[in-house]
Amino acid sequence: MSEPHKETPEELDRENARPVADPAPTGGPQAEPTPSPVRDEGVLLEVDHVTLRFGGVVALNDVSFSLRKGEIFGLIGPNGAGKTTCFNAMTGVYRPTEGQIRFQGESIVGKKKHQITRGGIARTFQNVRLFPEMTALENVMVGADAHHKTSVISALFRLPRFWREEKSGRARSLELLRFVGIAHRAGDVSRNLSYGEQRRLEIARALATNPTLLCLDEPAAGFNPAEKEDLLQLIRKIRDTGVTVLLIEHDMRLVMGVTDRIVVLEFGKKIAEGTPAEVRDNPSVIAAYLGVPTDAA
Amino acid sequence: MSEKASFRSNGGVRGWLGRQPVWVRWLVILVAAVAAYMLPYIGDVPVIGPQIVTEGIDWPSALFNMSYYVLLALGLNVVVGYAGLLDLGYVGFFAVGAYGTALLTSPDSILYEDTGWKWLMAVPAALILTMIAGVILGWPTLRLRGDYLAIVTLGFAEIIRIVATSTDVLRGDRGFASIPHPPGSWGGEPIFGVTDAIPYFWLGLTVIILVILGVRNLDRSRVGRSWLAIREDEEAAEVMGVRTFKYKLWAFAIGAFIGGLGGVLFAGEQSFINSQTFVLQFSILVLAGVVMGGSGNMAGAILGGVLISYIPDRLRGLSVGDTDLYEYRFALFGAVIIIIMVLRPQGLIPSRRRAMELKDREKEVAPQ
Amino acid sequence: MDFSGLIDNFGPLTVTGLAQGAIIALFALGYTLVYGVLRLINFAHSEVFLLGTYACLFAWGLFGLDQNSATPAVGPMLLYMVVGLIAAIVVSGAAALTVEFVAYRPLRRRNAPPLAFLITAIGASLFISEVAGVLTHRNQTGVPPIIQARPVFTIGDTTVTNLQLLIIVLALVMMFVLDRFINGSRLGRGVRAVAQNPDSAALMGVNKSRVIALVFLLGGLMAGIAAVMYDLKIGVTRYDAGFLLGIDAFTAAVLGGIGNLRGALLGGLLLGVLQNYAAGLFGSQWLHAASFVLLVVILLFRPTGLLGESLGRARA
Repeated sequence: MSEPHKETPEELDRENARPVADPAPTGGPQAEPTPSPVRDEGVLLEVDHVTLRFGGVVALNDVSFSLRKGEIFGLIGPNGAGKTTCFNAMTGVYRPTEGQIRFQGESIVGKKKHQITRGGIARTFQNVRLFPEMTALENVMVGADAHHKTSVISALFRLPRFWREEKSGRARSLELLRFVGIAHRAGDVSRNLSYGEQRRLEIARALATNPTLLCLDEPAAGFNPAEKEDLLQLIRKIRDTGVTVLLIEHDMRLVMGVTDRIVVLEFGKKIAEGTPAEVRDNPSVIAAYLGVPTDAA
Repeated sequence: MSEKASFRSNGGVRGWLGRQPVWVRWLVILVAAVAAYMLPYIGDVPVIGPQIVTEGIDWPSALFNMSYYVLLALGLNVVVGYAGLLDLGYVGFFAVGAYGTALLTSPDSILYEDTGWKWLMAVPAALILTMIAGVILGWPTLRLRGDYLAIVTLGFAEIIRIVATSTDVLRGDRGFASIPHPPGSWGGEPIFGVTDAIPYFWLGLTVIILVILGVRNLDRSRVGRSWLAIREDEEAAEVMGVRTFKYKLWAFAIGAFIGGLGGVLFAGEQSFINSQTFVLQFSILVLAGVVMGGSGNMAGAILGGVLISYIPDRLRGLSVGDTDLYEYRFALFGAVIIIIMVLRPQGLIPSRRRAMELKDREKEVAPQ
Repeated sequence: MDFSGLIDNFGPLTVTGLAQGAIIALFALGYTLVYGVLRLINFAHSEVFLLGTYACLFAWGLFGLDQNSATPAVGPMLLYMVVGLIAAIVVSGAAALTVEFVAYRPLRRRNAPPLAFLITAIGASLFISEVAGVLTHRNQTGVPPIIQARPVFTIGDTTVTNLQLLIIVLALVMMFVLDRFINGSRLGRGVRAVAQNPDSAALMGVNKSRVIALVFLLGGLMAGIAAVMYDLKIGVTRYDAGFLLGIDAFTAAVLGGIGNLRGALLGGLLLGVLQNYAAGLFGSQWLHAASFVLLVVILLFRPTGLLGESLGRARA
């Protein structure tokens, strides 16, 4: 029943007690890299020559890039470019046919989804996938449970650990609901939340797993401009707590406005990488994706 | 549709109870528990009493029957209602519990020379045996998809029955006789005798209350949250760090444990079991009870367990014209099941959290 | 374990297994069709089959035939066969439709959870088999000897009887016809469309309710044929015959890949044969145990059955 936890309980408590809005640009204690063959100390996640085939279809073709700690990283491309495939490979849903994906220097290929989550990668879903019949608070507590150690026995007999973790998990979950701005809906069943609230709840649930890297799959889908602006604020706020953010997005304005660096995919191949400005001026990106260059500005 | 459902869950008796202060809640529960212990004497209540008690079987025995059916319903509710795993062979665990007891205690057992234990000594061993059976069944099969799990569990119960019928160790039809009763005496007389079923009912009721408390504790913890998350969206649960396989296996093992408890009690009361006791229809009956009562919620499971035991027992000895209704008990029961499910698809007492099925339906109507 | 028993009787065991498997396969079609379209285990299908076994006995009874009658000549025999088949098909088909209308359709209207369907199915199954049980006093009913089993040809030491041949050929023919129907006709296209995506099928003008009714009807017809074959092969029927063989049929459907017509055929034949081998090896009481162990092993390696689930889309 022992888990590959990196934190001791005290550290975990410190994590829990840490105000979420506390700026810690280089990452909290959980970002400490384990001894590993990382070349660049700043690299958090490395996609290393990844190819992914489904039958005869090549969904990803020799893609390489890496995420640095503390940045907001954008992954963009036209429809069918392989963004979501790449995302799924990075979060353990698909296994690459060739190549490696390393997180904090350790390969995550072949690991189970829950192991990857406990290791520090959290994600949201393109089409919101909450637990509809649970309250908002319970949804977040499922995320918080990822690092809890309450066993079936201690839950059955309500041993001290149960009370301790239930209390701290609850406090932390409430705090996260406040952080994403929906604390007032904590007791409501999540399917009764509005669409925007559900999106925020999903982010809170992902944050509850104490991630080092948060992956957002088209979080602004279906949002109006005002809501998008709020989301940008939230993403920046998350980054300011020390969490690295990977953003998959359609909306160029949003991506350009918030990301530090961008990788562009087309037909499963990487066609550009750089800062928003560099990518915007890259001719092949313009040709492939933006079409009219002025559109993106 | 969903709005209406959530509205309903706030109303009614449970909604009212939920809004009362803690002491009122406890008082209501206490009164209900005392009333349950007094059930053997309900025949003495004027007017209503005689309508309720069974005629073809003595009332305390009918109550005892209800108590182990309720236990089975509670256990199956953990598996089906909480974790969302469709188990059609639940009777298998009941059988393992009963046979475990028989093997360790009955003079007919080949182990009798070495064991020949008292009933109470055999209980923990038999329960551990059922949990092991749960894990052995669950380990390979819980990776399978829901519908397949159903058929494989059905097969498990069938295998248990076949083994019971056709191996010498389990003695087939001849069965095991003289399984000892539970211990204890009162004024020189053994409490658990042959003629009076009331103490057995009280014992069963006590076990039921303990099981309710235990399951409630699990439900309101990380464990219950994990089960619910698995039921609602297994992949999302796993992505959120829930070790889905582990919790499904626990649900299986806990369900097996409770089913085993029923078997152990049953063996202790009947004092005789054979391979005819554990027909497959039995577990399907229990499943029908759980869903009819309202799966995913203990009040519903209890009601379902009571109904599946009470209806046939009540029909015993009744006749309309020349036909003995007891002959038709299962046929009538089948009709009752259809009527209840058509009128109340969520069960008689719908769970506050019963949306997974609803959502599943929607997914099927509109994939992606 | 009796290896020599298995080896000595390998041929006969295979042939009986194939005949048994052919019946199972026809029976399994009802499960597979309904599952393919509705994702529902039609638990009451076993009783659809059961009613078929009684219906043809009843029809034969009208001719004054019972288990003690003499075997008829070829001419009357053909007549009896046709009448028996028609009776069983009509009754089974009607029973299948009735189950759909009484037990499932009201639930679908109310958008009930899948478990509720399973439970009403169990209720329907219990009701039918128990009424049959009460009416027959839970005794088995004998079948008149319509066809005298007679060896047709022999391969090595294996004789194949006319009855076995009839069962196997009839099952294959029905399978072929059904396959052509589903894959070739307009109605069949509707079935496949609903199986793949009920919503867009409805948008495309496919009448979903009619398709569902059709699927139940088809399953019922096949079960009726299987029921007559069962009567002829086994020689008796009983109120719980449907339940017991139904478990086999459902296992076969899952084995081949539920929702897949050819899977049902393959699963049925394979199951029939392997059950017979297991019976030869361990004794006939272990027949079912062996088939379940086989099922678990296969599902562990091929989670969607041998041929996959392809009436509609394959599901992950």
